[in-house]
Formats: sequence, structure tokens, C-alpha cells
Amino acid sequence: MLKKSFVGLFIPQFEYQLLPTRLPEPEKVTASKTVTLYHPKKSDQKAPSSLRVGNTVKTGQKISLYADDPAYVIASAGGTISAISPHTGDFGKTYSAVAIDIDKNKTLDDQFAAQCQSPTLANTLEYLAFTPGNPPLAMLAASENPVKTIVITGVDSDLLVGTRQYITKTRLADLKGGIKILKQISGVERVILVTARDALQGFGHIGADGKSIDTIYPAALPQMIMKNVLGEIVPAGKSCEDLGVCFMSVEAVVSIGSAYESGQIPVRKILTLITKQENQRIIETTIGTPIRDILSAYDVTINEADRIIFGGPMRGSAVYSLDQPVLPDTDAILVLDRAKAAYTSDYPCINCGNCVRACPAQIAVNMLVRLLEAGHYQEAADSYDLYSCIECGLCSYVCVSKIPIFQYIRLAKYELNRAKTAEATDA
Amino acid sequence: MLEQKKLIVSHAPFWHSGSRVTERSYHTMLAALPAVIAGIVYYGVPVIGVISLSVASAMLWELAINKVMKKAPTIGDGSAALTGLLLAMLLPATMPWWAVVTGTFVAVVVGKQIFGGIGSNAFNPVALAVAIMMISWKDLFDFNGMLLNYDFNFTAVYPLTAVKNFGTSAIESFSVGDLMMGRQMGAIGSTFGLGLIIGGIYLMIRGFIRWEISLTFIAGVYLTALLFNIVDPVRFAGPGFHIFTGYTLVGAFFLATDDSSSPVWFVPMLVYGAAGGIMTVLIRNIGAYVDGVILAILVINLIHPLLDKIRPKALGKVV
Repeated sequence: MLKKSFVGLFIPQFEYQLLPTRLPEPEKVTASKTVTLYHPKKSDQKAPSSLRVGNTVKTGQKISLYADDPAYVIASAGGTISAISPHTGDFGKTYSAVAIDIDKNKTLDDQFAAQCQSPTLANTLEYLAFTPGNPPLAMLAASENPVKTIVITGVDSDLLVGTRQYITKTRLADLKGGIKILKQISGVERVILVTARDALQGFGHIGADGKSIDTIYPAALPQMIMKNVLGEIVPAGKSCEDLGVCFMSVEAVVSIGSAYESGQIPVRKILTLITKQENQRIIETTIGTPIRDILSAYDVTINEADRIIFGGPMRGSAVYSLDQPVLPDTDAILVLDRAKAAYTSDYPCINCGNCVRACPAQIAVNMLVRLLEAGHYQEAADSYDLYSCIECGLCSYVCVSKIPIFQYIRLAKYELNRAKTAEATDA
Repeated sequence: MLEQKKLIVSHAPFWHSGSRVTERSYHTMLAALPAVIAGIVYYGVPVIGVISLSVASAMLWELAINKVMKKAPTIGDGSAALTGLLLAMLLPATMPWWAVVTGTFVAVVVGKQIFGGIGSNAFNPVALAVAIMMISWKDLFDFNGMLLNYDFNFTAVYPLTAVKNFGTSAIESFSVGDLMMGRQMGAIGSTFGLGLIIGGIYLMIRGFIRWEISLTFIAGVYLTALLFNIVDPVRFAGPGFHIFTGYTLVGAFFLATDDSSSPVWFVPMLVYGAAGGIMTVLIRNIGAYVDGVILAILVINLIHPLLDKIRPKALGKVV
């Protein structure tokens, strides 16, 4: 962890770590007994009807709990469904957690192979939305806001994470295939592959426009890529999709490529395990594997009040249970000793200005946080650039008073969005 | 074994740079020490009394107001102690005890806690307290009168009063080197210019104060004093004299840089500091008061929220 240096005149800068040129094979970790899949669920949906506890599923089978809802998950391991329970994620997102007891006699589901001889947008949407990397296929299919550019991110947005870099370097054939299929099914001509500065070699034949970015955090966040690579600034309150740019993790493209190449829906996820000593290991595991299995495979001891984080140290989210499964977009698992984790305080802002100097979006964070602390979210959005925030977390990192500024910002955005949705439903 | 362990769920980021409010206060006090020690050397034991009483009473006032307002005690952050120390540095060595206690009351209670505590004060608490005391008890801030019983081995006259009343001829005995080494009459912690500069540089390098404010404050004093000096060298002293006398350096490094009453953006900081420096010399040279630093700082504190509106456009800001 980077601490403030003795010379405090300059704000500390984080560098993304580059992986070495020679890469080992990912270490394989298998789920011991069960895998759990989070099926998206609207909060008003009742218990599922189409699938019951006790049903058997095959590896790669599509599980759709509600007939009227296009959401689905892909069974990452064959076996018997042992439980379906509600689960609430961050910011009130609701899921049905489908637990599958693994049956060792693996049978592979052949529905995808049978129905998808040639790639089309419809059948990718039908089968590949739950593959490793979570390809945002619905975005490509949305008709009201056509995608003009696809940006494939071969860089990890958070620190210490090496997953996407690793995949960019090791899965070139599938990446190339995936790009070809993407172009074909979406009709988008402009595909950009973003890599780290020194890693831009050997991507000439890949079918995408190779671009490299700076290695200083937060250069790999979508808004910064928009600004520095595409030369477009995302207006406050708009998203990259609104400008017709679709961001896709390199793993998602590789998943699409390998699915059509092999005729099997990929169910294994590459991720970075960051241990308490900040050692990184690239791991390959089945989607839905509980964290417990991964940690015990590496003899990571967990003490009371430690933290386990999905994602990196700056933007990740902490989980509360070792039973939490690996999700299709879990790029990293960070284990943090309680002595090393940052604690927040309820101390007031002393107006030291560190956040203002650290902010890559030039937001007057010192004023913003005063409004957010008081709950004046709308005013914060109107006068103090709440929606310009690119969510890098540097303000909280440098805060002398240890105010959870980043969390205040995310909460404010969430609350404003909720109010807006409620108004729209009322009207 | 893994089963029973409870994890803590908190929000991103999970790292912190490690800076703390307490650290800022104590390092600022550390940076003030050279000047304070010089004060003890020049003015003797009474200085220790004034400083101790000032620091102690400031902390007690803070504790008392915490109790009255039913809030958690905040004296641990060092902010009250720093206020007490800075206030003592601006007082003459022979300040009576009741004035010190009143001063810390004004600084801590009226200047800071009434506004909501640390981070909420509109004015620098120390500058506010000294301004109120200067107006209330003019004699206590007449350094010539207060330090009458001392026997110095340098010209025993408060340089700013001398130049105000008699022009530059009265300060010929002061060389800039003497002034810098503290061989002049004045407040406890404001005469030893070299010590203040060392402390200021330390604070700037460590990032505890914002260098933009301090440097432009001094530049403002320098340029304005230089212009006055060029126009009328008989009446107005030169820039070196103005920088090393009175409260200029303690103001530039310790008072104007108070976090909550100063701007945070680059251009506003430059304007803020420069305005403070210019106002200081204007008050000294053509105003009614002998030293203008305190009032100049209150004026720039007043305009700081407006100055902070000058800021770059946020990323993606439309309009």
C-alpha cells in the first residue's frame, strides 16, 4: 500500500502494475461442493416457477427463472439444484441465488452448439450474456441508442489487478476471433483495443485499432479513456453509452470468440487473487465458486475483522461472507488484513484541499462533500458537479479527515437515481 | 476454522494515505518551535508562562465548549493547542494572565467553536482574537510600553512604531540581518524571522500548508513595500524591513494558511495570498494601525469563499 511520502508537496500518484513478459499458466482452482449463481431478479418478482430445488442441470445449460424476463444465468457446473434463495447485492440490487450441488459425472449441455452454428446478435444475446467478463450485449442490441464504437479494455481499471492484462497477452487467438464476431454481429466498424503503454506490441493483425494509455491511475477508467484515447469528453450526467461508445472487457470478447470456436459456452473465469502480502496470483476458476474454496486452496488465513474485496483496493466492494461466489465480472479478489484496511471517521472536512488537487475531474470536492454530508444531493448535482465524478476514489484516499467521500458520492448518485425513477413511475 | 470468522464490510477505497488531522496540528506546532524558542531566549522566563497558559487555556476552553455543546471532546486533534501556541506567539512577553485567557476564549469559543468547530471557522481564530484584543486593550499591544523593563543589547524600540512615527531615519540602526535574527522588539514568536522561515519551509515541503498562499503573501508584501519605498524613501521603509518586522512571517506561514479560512484552488490561492500581502503594507503605510497583518488576514478570510469560485471547469461540465 502506498502511504504519503515525507514530501507532501505533491499528491501521490499510483501506477498500474504491468505484468512481466513471460507469463505462467493460470493456476486452476476447482469448486469443492457447490457453485452459486446470481440470477438477476426484480424486487417485485415472486419465487421462480420454472425451476425447482432438486432439478438437475448440465454444465453450460441456460437457467432462466422467469418466463417473462429475458434474464438468465449459465450453469457453470452440472449437478442438482440445492437451493434458490433471495440475495441482495450492493445498492439494493436483488438476485435469486441459485446453488448447484456439483455432480462429478459431467455432462455438457449441447443446446448452444446445436442452435448457434453461425454467430448472430440474437443468439449471442440468448446464450453469452453470462459468460466471463459479462459482455454488455444488450447494449449492442439496443435500438434507440446505436453503438458506433466498441472499446475493448485490455487494461485493468483498478490497482494491483492483472486479469485483463493477462488475458490480452495470452488469449490472442480467441481475442481475434471475438473481435471478428463482434464486428460481424453488431455491424460496428470502429473497434478499439486499449492496452497499457508498454504492452502495445503484436496487436497489428488483430482486427482492432490498438491504442495505449498512460499507466497512472485512473487512466484506465472509461471516462478517462474517452477523454484521452477517443478525444471525447463525456458530458456530466451522461454515460459512455449515450455517446454511442460501448466498453467491453477483453475477457468478454475472448469469451465470445471461444464460445463459437469451441461450441461451448465458457464457464471458467480468470481472476487475480491478491493476498495479504500483496502477492498477485492469476487464477482460473469456475464461475460461482465460493471464495472459501479459493482461499483454502492457497491457505490464506482469514482472521476476525479482515476484509475480502471483490475488485481492487480503490474501487472494489467488500463482501460479508466466504460463501460469496465468483461472479462473471469478478476480476480480482483482494484479501486485506484488518490492520492494513482504511477506517473512516465522522470528522468534519477541514478544507485542506488535498481532494481538490487529487481529483482528476477537477471537482470542488471540498464544497461537494459539505452538501453531501447534509444530504443536499440535488444541489450537489446542480452546483458542484456531482455527475462529473468518474469514481476513482482518490479523494477518499487522500482525505485528512478520513471522510468516506467516495461513498457519499456513490450514495448521492444512487439516491438521485432512485428519486428520478420513483418520479417517472408516479407520472 | 474459516467458518466462524466475521468479515468487515466497508466501502472503497480500502487504502488511505495515512494523513491525519492530529499530524497536521502537531507538525505545525513543531514548525513554530524555532521561533518560540528564540522568544524564550530573548525575553526569558515570562514567555514560558504566557505560552503555557495560552496553550492550556485554549485546550480547556475547547473541552468546556465540547461539554456545554454535548459533543465528543476534540482537544485530541491538537487544533486547540495549536491555536493557543499561535496566539501566544503574537503576544508581548509581559502579557497579563487575564488577557491571555480572554484571548484564547475569543479564539477557541468565538473564533472557532461557535461556527461549528474545526473546519467551519470563517476567520482564522487567532487573527480574530488578536484583532479583538488589539482594539479592546490598545496598551497591551504597545510593544514599546509592554517591554519597557527589558534591557536589550539592540535598539529597544518596536521598529514598526518607529517607522510609522519618524520615517526611515528612525530605523537606520536595524539591519535586515539583525531583524532576521530576531534582534528587534516584538511579540514572543514573531521576531525570529529565520526560525519562522525554516518552519514555513518545513510545512510547505511536507504539504501541511499550501505554498502558494505563503509565497504570494510574502511577494505581495515585498512588491507593495518596494513601490512605496521607491515613491518616498524618507517616509516608507523598504521591502526587507517589512518582511522581517511585525507579524509578516508568522502571518504568511501560520495565519493566512489556516485551512478552513483559505481557498484551495490554484489561482484563488495566489490572489488570496497576494491580496493579504498588499493589504498588510497598505495598512502599515497609510492606515491607522502600526501592523496590518492581522487585519489584512481577516479581510482575505472574508473574501476567500468568493475567490474559491474561480475554478476550472469540471470534467464534462456543460454550460
